[in-house]
Amino acid sequence: MISTVIILFAGALFAGLIGSLTGLGGGVILVPLLTIGFGVDIRYAIGTSLISVIATSSGAASAYVKEGLLNIRIGMFLEIATTLGAIAGAAIAIFAPTHAIAVIFGLVLIYSAINSFQKSREVINTNDPNPIKQGWLTKLLKADGSYPTTSGIKFYKLQNLGGGFLMMSLAGILSGLLGIGSGALKVIAMDSIMKIPFKVSTTTSNFMIGVTAAASAGIYLSRGYIDPVLSMPVMVGVLIGSLVGAKLLLKSRTKSIRIIFAIVITLLAIEMIYNGITKNI
Amino acid sequence: MSSVMGSLLRVGVLLSALLVIVGGVIFLIQHPHETFNYSAFKGEPARFRQVNLIIQEALNFRGRSIIQLGLILLIATPVARVIFSLFGFLFEKDWTYVVITFIVLTILLNSLLTF
Repeated sequence: MISTVIILFAGALFAGLIGSLTGLGGGVILVPLLTIGFGVDIRYAIGTSLISVIATSSGAASAYVKEGLLNIRIGMFLEIATTLGAIAGAAIAIFAPTHAIAVIFGLVLIYSAINSFQKSREVINTNDPNPIKQGWLTKLLKADGSYPTTSGIKFYKLQNLGGGFLMMSLAGILSGLLGIGSGALKVIAMDSIMKIPFKVSTTTSNFMIGVTAAASAGIYLSRGYIDPVLSMPVMVGVLIGSLVGAKLLLKSRTKSIRIIFAIVITLLAIEMIYNGITKNI
Repeated sequence: MSSVMGSLLRVGVLLSALLVIVGGVIFLIQHPHETFNYSAFKGEPARFRQVNLIIQEALNFRGRSIIQLGLILLIATPVARVIFSLFGFLFEKDWTYVVITFIVLTILLNSLLTF
């Protein structure tokens, strides 16, 4: 038992580290690791992953909350979408067959692997020649923001609130259904759709992940998906791994890491989809 | 406001990790030979699912119940952040965001308290 706990801890540490270095997030790596690597039932894996996601999001957020990159206002507004989505996702997870969940998870994994290559783009909409049109709700939210860059303070305006809200609902559903943070979709909602600067989008997304996951974690706990013995080494391991990863990220170039793990993730995804289709999961 | 929020999140995560580790050590000392088998989903018994039973058993120093208490504290941490934001927006008299934060809090508490 003790040796299994130590191996699980090491695996979780690794998942947290890689999740943080590649920007994929711990949950996306943890669920295939637990199901394929340790033969854990996908329902236990999802419950455990969800717990780890709250730990890493809150742990990381506590470090950068002071840096002035967060847009707490728009984050709070969009949390209406993600928490409602998360509850819907958890409700679907209770009734959906596990092999269907495995197939959906595999598809999300492949998408995440592809998306992890587009991390370094920077959308600058302040130089947009067309004046930005905002709806009444966007004006009511007065959530346009500014953030510090190396060349001084930059300002940005929100756009496409409805589209962003819809994408956030989907991110919430997938988070609740699969026990992941859905960071990639949250960033797309803010950066690509709402034209919020990339750095603001990634930090605000991470900030929102904890609240999103908390909305469905209660449902998973009460349904008996969260096992204490399994959660113990995994939660502590992922937390330490992701915090170390965040420190390393500042120093190292991660392009090569991303390529290697995108390949690994894709292979895991194919295995999950195969197991799902053959109803082995 | 943001520095208090940072401390709140940090304390919540550290305290819950501490409870999880302490509970884990107690469990491993008491059950060193328990087998590891999660290949079939059985669902947790009521004492690891219901908040009142978890607290009751954790106070009796039951290892796994202390772990579950730590996990409940972890789930409560982002909720505490939302409650803190609500007071922040109230203090700033930012009524739009008082309403928005109140909606998020209602959704969260509705999900957490109905289980």
